[in-house]
Amino acid sequence: MTASSPAAQAGAILASRIDGPDQLLPTLHAIQDAAGFIPPEAVPAIALAFNLSRAEVHGVLTFYHHFRSTPPARHVVQVCRAEACQSMGADALLGHAERVLGCSLHGHSADGSFALEPVYCLGQCATAPAMMVDDAVHARVSTARFDRIIARLEEHV
Amino acid sequence: MSLTIFVPRDSTALALGADDVAAAIALEAARRQFDVTIVRNGTRGMLWLEPLVEVARPAGRIGFGQVDALDVAGLFDAGFDRSHPLALGLVEEIPYLARQDRLTFARAGITDPLSLADYEAHDGYRGLRRALAMTPADIVATVTASGLRGRGGAAFPTGIKWNTVLRAPGVQKYIVCNADEGDSGTFADRIVMEADPFMLIEGMTIAGLAVNATRGYIYVRSEYPHAIAILNAAIAQAEANGFLGANVLGSGRAFHLEVRKGAGAYICGEETALLESLEGKRGIVRAKPPLPALSGLFGQPTVINNVLSLAAVPLILDKGAAFYQDFGMGRSRGTLAVQLAGNIKQGGLIELAFGVTLRDILYGFGGGSASGRPIKAVQVGGPLGAYLPASEWDTPLDYEAFAALWAVLGHGGIVVHDDTADMAKLARYAMEFCAIESCGKCTPCRIGSTRGVEVIDKIIGNPGAGEGAQQVILLRDLCDTMLLGSLCAMGGMTPYPVLSALNHFPQDFGVAPAQRAA
Repeated sequence: MTASSPAAQAGAILASRIDGPDQLLPTLHAIQDAAGFIPPEAVPAIALAFNLSRAEVHGVLTFYHHFRSTPPARHVVQVCRAEACQSMGADALLGHAERVLGCSLHGHSADGSFALEPVYCLGQCATAPAMMVDDAVHARVSTARFDRIIARLEEHV
Repeated sequence: MSLTIFVPRDSTALALGADDVAAAIALEAARRQFDVTIVRNGTRGMLWLEPLVEVARPAGRIGFGQVDALDVAGLFDAGFDRSHPLALGLVEEIPYLARQDRLTFARAGITDPLSLADYEAHDGYRGLRRALAMTPADIVATVTASGLRGRGGAAFPTGIKWNTVLRAPGVQKYIVCNADEGDSGTFADRIVMEADPFMLIEGMTIAGLAVNATRGYIYVRSEYPHAIAILNAAIAQAEANGFLGANVLGSGRAFHLEVRKGAGAYICGEETALLESLEGKRGIVRAKPPLPALSGLFGQPTVINNVLSLAAVPLILDKGAAFYQDFGMGRSRGTLAVQLAGNIKQGGLIELAFGVTLRDILYGFGGGSASGRPIKAVQVGGPLGAYLPASEWDTPLDYEAFAALWAVLGHGGIVVHDDTADMAKLARYAMEFCAIESCGKCTPCRIGSTRGVEVIDKIIGNPGAGEGAQQVILLRDLCDTMLLGSLCAMGGMTPYPVLSALNHFPQDFGVAPAQRAA
C-alpha cells in the first residue's frame, strides 16, 4: 500500500463527508474510488457516522454489484452479457476472454493482475459486443481487438 | 489552410478510438503547420459510422466515417476532400439522418455539448425563459396539452403526473430524473446526457418551476462514467451563469441540481427502487400506493421522469404544445427515439414521429442484419419486452398498437437477432437476468425467476411430447403468477420475452407448434 492504508483513507473521507442520510452512497463511492474497495474494517465507522447499524451498511454494500469488499485486481475486465451484445457474439468473446486471462467469470488471472467480471449493458448496443476495462469502454470488440487491448495493458504492468 | 474539424466525444466514438483520432489530427496539423480547430461534438446518432469525423465547409459539414487514427495522415493528404474513400458527403444529407424528425435530438452532434454559448445559439434556454413568465399551472397545462407521455417505458402522461405533484402539499418537493438506463438496446438517454446536457438541465428546471420544486437529482448508472462527467461539467457551468442556483435568471426562483451515481443495480431503474437508492438505502421496490407524486423522495411530493421525457420539455415550452402534438399518431404524440441495436448493419438513434413500421426501421434504416443472415426476431422495449417474429414487423410504432400484440413499445429500444439466435436460450437468459437483478422483495420475482430457469432447462433437456410438454404447462403457469403477482415490472414483465419466444419459436424449445394453445 502507498502512504495510507485503505481503512485510513476511508476514515479521512468519513471525516470530511457532508451530513445527511442521502450521502451514504456518495460516501461509499468516494471510499471505493480512493481505496479501490470498501475495507470491511471501515464498516463500523461508516455505520457510526450515518447513525446506522453495521447490518444496514452491510446490506447496502452487498446489494449493489458495484461495491466490493476486497482489493481489486490491477485491471478489471467487464464483458457485457446483455442481449444486444449476445446477438453479436458476446458469448464467444467471453469464452475467448476466459482462455486468454486463464480464469472464468468472477475469477482472477493466475498472476492476479486481471479480474473478469460480467456487466449488463454499457450503452454501446449499436456497436456490440462491448466491454469495459477499468474506466475505458471498448466497442465492436473482436477477439483480435481484445488481445490488443490486453497486450497494451500488460506492457504497462 | 484553416479548418474546423469535429471529432465526437460521445462514449461510442470514444469506445472506437475517437480520442486517438483527435490526438492524431492535432499532431498531424502541428506537423504540417495547419491552423486546425478541433471541436469535440456529441454524436449524430449514426453510431455505426463512429468515429464520424466532420469538417466544416461553406456548403455544410462533410463527414468521414469509421475513421481510425491511422487514416488521419491520408485525410490531410487528400485535403479532407469528398474524394477520400471514407468520405460520406454532406452529413445532413445522409438518408439515415435526413429522414428523421429531429426534435429532442435537434442539436445532437451539431453542438459542443459543453458550450453554453453554442446551446443558446441553437435555441437553448428559450423554453425556460418562457416558463419563467408563466404560472406553474400554465406550464403544467402546456405539457399536458402537448400529449407528452413518459418515455421510460410505461408511457404515463407527463402533464398529469406533474399536476398531481403541483397540487400535493409538501415542504420540499423534488424533481428526479431517472437516468438509470440499464436496458440492453437503449442508449438515447446516454446520448442526451453526452451530446446535449443543457437540454436535460433546462427541462428539469422547467419541471421545478411547474411544480414548485427547488431541488433536483439526476440518478445516472455507474456504467456511464462519460455521461456523469459531462453532466457535472454542464451543471457547474449552468450554476456559474445563473441558469441554476438560488436565483434562476434573476427570477427569485431557486433550483438546485445534482448528479447521483448508481452502483450497478438494474432494479434501480424502477422508480421507487431508485428513490430508495437516492435515500441511501438498498434499491428495494416500494409498494404503490402511495404514488411518488404524493410521497416520493424522503416522503415528499416528487416528479420522477425519464431523461427523454424531461428533455422534450424545453422544446414544448418554446414552440408550444400544438407544435409537439402535430407529430405522431393516435394517443402517441410527438417523436419516439428509436434505438436500433444488436445484429444490425446500421445501428443507431432514429428519432421519428410515432407511426413508422418496424420493418421500415429494420431494413429502410438498419439495412438488414450485420451478419448478412436473415433476421429471425427482434426484441422491442428492453429485456422485459416481447420478441417479435417477421409476421409482426408491419406493426406501426405506437404504444397502443404494440399493446394489442401483447408486446411493449416501451422506450423504443430494438435489439435484432439473426437466424443463428437460439430463442430458448434467450428465454432462459431473461429468467436468469431476473434472478440476478431481482430486488428480492416479492416472491413471484425472487423465486419465480430461479424456478423459471430450472423449468426452461428441463424443457430444453426433454424435447418432445413427454416431460418437456408437461414442463411447458408449468412454465406458462409460472409466468402467469409472475405477471399477476409481482410488485413491479421486473418480475411482472419477464414473462413477455419468455412467452413470446415460446409462442413464436416453439421449435427452438423442442416443442411442437401445436402446443401453442396449451
